[in-house]
Amino acid sequence: MKRSRITECNDWFLERFPLTKLWNEHMTHYYAPKNFNFWYFFGSLALLVLVNQILTGIFLTMNYKPDAKLAFDSVEYIMRDVNWGWLIRYMHSTGSSAFFIVVYLHMFRGLLYGSFKHPRELVWIFGMLLFVALMAEAFMGYLLPWGQMSYWGAQVIISLFSAIPVIGDDLSLWLRGDYVVSDATLNRFFAFHVIAVPLALVMLVFLHIVALHEVGSNNPDGIEIKESKDPWGHPVDGIPFHPYYTVKDLVGVGVFLLFFATIIFYMPEMGGYFLEHANFIPADPMKTPEHIAPVWYFTPFYAILRAIPDKFAGVIGMGGAIVVLFLLPWLDRSPVKSIRYRGGIYKKALFLFVISFLALGYLGTQPATPTATIVARFFTAIYFGFFLLMPLYTRWEKTKPVPKRLTSVHSIEEQLPALIEEITHLKQGSTEIGHHAFKSAFFTRTPNPTGIKNVISRLAKNAKGSLD
Amino acid sequence: MNTKGVDQSKRQFLTTALTVVGAVGTGYLAVPFLAQMQPSAKAMAAGAPVDVDLSKMEPGQLIRVAWRGKPVWILNRTPEVLETLKTLDNELRDPLSQESIQPESSKNPVRSIKPDVFVAVGLCTHLGCSPTFRPEIAPNDLGDKWKGGFFCPCHGSWFDLAGRVYRGVPAPTNLEIPPYRYVTDTQLIIGEAPEEESV
Repeated sequence: MKRSRITECNDWFLERFPLTKLWNEHMTHYYAPKNFNFWYFFGSLALLVLVNQILTGIFLTMNYKPDAKLAFDSVEYIMRDVNWGWLIRYMHSTGSSAFFIVVYLHMFRGLLYGSFKHPRELVWIFGMLLFVALMAEAFMGYLLPWGQMSYWGAQVIISLFSAIPVIGDDLSLWLRGDYVVSDATLNRFFAFHVIAVPLALVMLVFLHIVALHEVGSNNPDGIEIKESKDPWGHPVDGIPFHPYYTVKDLVGVGVFLLFFATIIFYMPEMGGYFLEHANFIPADPMKTPEHIAPVWYFTPFYAILRAIPDKFAGVIGMGGAIVVLFLLPWLDRSPVKSIRYRGGIYKKALFLFVISFLALGYLGTQPATPTATIVARFFTAIYFGFFLLMPLYTRWEKTKPVPKRLTSVHSIEEQLPALIEEITHLKQGSTEIGHHAFKSAFFTRTPNPTGIKNVISRLAKNAKGSLD
Repeated sequence: MNTKGVDQSKRQFLTTALTVVGAVGTGYLAVPFLAQMQPSAKAMAAGAPVDVDLSKMEPGQLIRVAWRGKPVWILNRTPEVLETLKTLDNELRDPLSQESIQPESSKNPVRSIKPDVFVAVGLCTHLGCSPTFRPEIAPNDLGDKWKGGFFCPCHGSWFDLAGRVYRGVPAPTNLEIPPYRYVTDTQLIIGEAPEEESV
């Protein structure tokens, strides 16, 4: 039989490039645990937001001018005069906040299920490098609109480097390229923001995924699915990433885009949290706004900086808050990965950590009053306590036995009929309505007080039990 | 690869030597790239001195001028303010300006050449915000301890009206005093030291 032209082209290509091999290795033959839950959407969503940032960013650079005299006006020009410029800019500015929401949830997933633990230490390290690069990217991008908050935010953050003994002043001068934040600073931040850091981000994403696919994905049970394989060598608890998870992730993408679009169209400034009010005033090097705060995603670290009443120690505290995250795989000494089988002490510690992170995030947006500073010190202590005491409390932890295979949790839909049965009485309808033929099929449900009481006490008992 | 009869130590030496030469070369190549991020010749030349006319200043008035892109304050201090400054030493971190940056001519308790005219760079020594001028005594938001001064809204540092930092705030040193000199009694040049210092 004569081979068609298309097959020939196809073969010509595949003999020279291992496309099928790559596709199989990372998609159709990459086995992921079958029990991924809600928390496992955020990795693919982070990738989606990265693509959004790169695409919208390319189009923004077509009209933006990285010049201290022109920058502010060029952003207004994009917002008012460029066709659809407002949409592209809001996609980009909302995207940056969405990026951090998604990444924080993605990192929290790691804390829940021990995804940073052996053998995934390197996946976590690449992820943390991504987080640092993302913070640099967001910080430099925030200078570009050249508003008051852009200007003074950059002034404060660059001055952080001047706290380093001996080389500090020269270092911050070198970063700014001038004695104050100026046109030179804006221009180089533009260069870093549009090419240097995005390249680093893309390369780190590549390394993050390669490292992940080498060791395989963790899961809510924290069990290595590679340890139980079928006769063909596939993990019995695994399913191919494509089509199962590509399709599942598409649902996540749909839900995400619903929220994303709502924010872009109805609340792009998010009440001053996504785009700060003071940034609608052009940068004025002579006058600092009355109250300056970074964008919300930096505020937990900013609150730590302000909580420490010494310039150098404050900078060390702020940097340390990020450095300890890198050390996490070696701080945690528990033999168990997933929170499902960990002892109560880790659950309580993680709960306190989340509270302190949120509280610091709130405090960072508020003015530094003496009371707020004391509260911030308290939560800073909890933040560091979670990490630095971890080698101790994870060793004392009383863990539960870990099953050999993945467990299945009953979904809410499965449990609902039984629950309704329990909390209600079924009564035959006594009212006569219209036609006689309906009479026998007419039932009503009335609430059953003892049933409701049972359900509530069982819920409370479960909630208490899950903390131990 | 056939390694029979190969002098491994010589091969190792050549490999190491080549690596070192390559690393040194890369280091030299990095210099122009790193150095181009330093302030350019133009940025360094932009620090031209600024003239300030004091003849129209009223008692207690603060004016701001830009010098090297930084805000510089000129404050006319009343006799009452100068009296208050003498009473604050115990609450200050560096009342005699031993560790702070100022020209020799301003290294005194009031931190100026003439006591009634105070000149300072208006950037907090903590993280470079520009503090706000709050001359009033004991306002509601700052409390009874406030004797008039400069308050940094960013991280809550306190300075008195001689730019001296209070204890227990994040700023490490007093506000910087730029070099300046009097041309006449009512005219200042900021950015030039007095003649006796500029030798």
